[in-house]
Amino acid sequence: MNGIHDMGGMHGFGAVDRRPDEALFPEAWQGRVCALAGYAIGAGLANLDAFRHAVERMPADRYLADGYYGRWLYALETLAAERLGGDAAVERPDHVGSVVREVDREARFAVGDAVRTWNRHPQGHTRLPGYARDRRGVIAEVHPACVYPDTNAEGRGESPEYLYTVAFDSRELWGEEAEAGATVYIDLFEPYLEVLE
Amino acid sequence: MTMALRTEAIETLLVEKGLVKSAAVDALVERYEQDIGPLRGSRVVAKAWTDPAFRARLLEDGMPAIRELGFGDNTDAHVARLVVKENTESVHNLIVCTLCSCYPWAVLGLPPAWYKSAAYRSRAVREPRRLLAELGLDLPADVEVRVWDSSAEVRYMVLPQRPRGTDGLGVEDLAALVTRDSMIGVEQL
Repeated sequence: MNGIHDMGGMHGFGAVDRRPDEALFPEAWQGRVCALAGYAIGAGLANLDAFRHAVERMPADRYLADGYYGRWLYALETLAAERLGGDAAVERPDHVGSVVREVDREARFAVGDAVRTWNRHPQGHTRLPGYARDRRGVIAEVHPACVYPDTNAEGRGESPEYLYTVAFDSRELWGEEAEAGATVYIDLFEPYLEVLE
Repeated sequence: MTMALRTEAIETLLVEKGLVKSAAVDALVERYEQDIGPLRGSRVVAKAWTDPAFRARLLEDGMPAIRELGFGDNTDAHVARLVVKENTESVHNLIVCTLCSCYPWAVLGLPPAWYKSAAYRSRAVREPRRLLAELGLDLPADVEVRVWDSSAEVRYMVLPQRPRGTDGLGVEDLAALVTRDSMIGVEQL
């Protein structure tokens, strides 16, 4: 979805405030939310993709105001309200380990292939950042097939897809004002990519 | 309602529904605060600096290599791969996650606040040189910047360059020189 979470390239957020020796959890509730989310996902409240999508569905003003663990808290509340209402038991997930899956087909692309990302604006969860939509890149690495977040987030199955690291020249992404000598590498699933003729 | 009260409420509900146990939450928070942190990554880096064969295995496939050192437990169990990118005289690597805040928990622990900030997530992919300069790292124009946007379940860690004048140091002393920020790529040692 075209949400506030898709921050790559945005203007207006100012300087990075890097403070040395900050506490991991400045407030105690943040640590509890962190651990609660881990256990709730492990116990089947939601898979990680659905959890991320719950964060993305947060109203933009609250997303910016509530901080990282505030977003996680919102996601826990949202998913609990959606899924823990009735008497139905939560199903334990089949997999609690890696997202890598065996598939009985070959990867469509090889290292060095020129590709273009698709120009789609799905309302649901996706992992193609907006700044890299409809852009030309080159396959830099081919990874194993993995659970496809776009379907898995919505309970439409894991439908594994090959994953690639795709290299984008900074000028392709940011035009003439791009910094020289910079390349951005993004991990993208096969459906996002088309052969560049 | 305050964040703390909301957290109590959701914890109560999750416990009632049998999804979590409060004692386990206590234990995990303590573990994050005390056991899982950038110290692991520092030891990985120091080992790579002193053992060329390990360095080669680490750059080939990160997760099996860090398991040799006893890391890579279930901290990041869903991760597909750990990819380690080596800084050189001509290439500087920088890690970000623009969509959420994916971070190599298995080697660096939980991410610092600035890594999760809107400023970092928005700027690292568009103007990495300017961002690094603001953070005190001026890269020469002939050094290529490679930014890794962790948009799937591959996690990245930077292998920083070994500082000059450290030839005589052992692994433990070298590990003490390695900072978290150098393994994200916003600092050189």
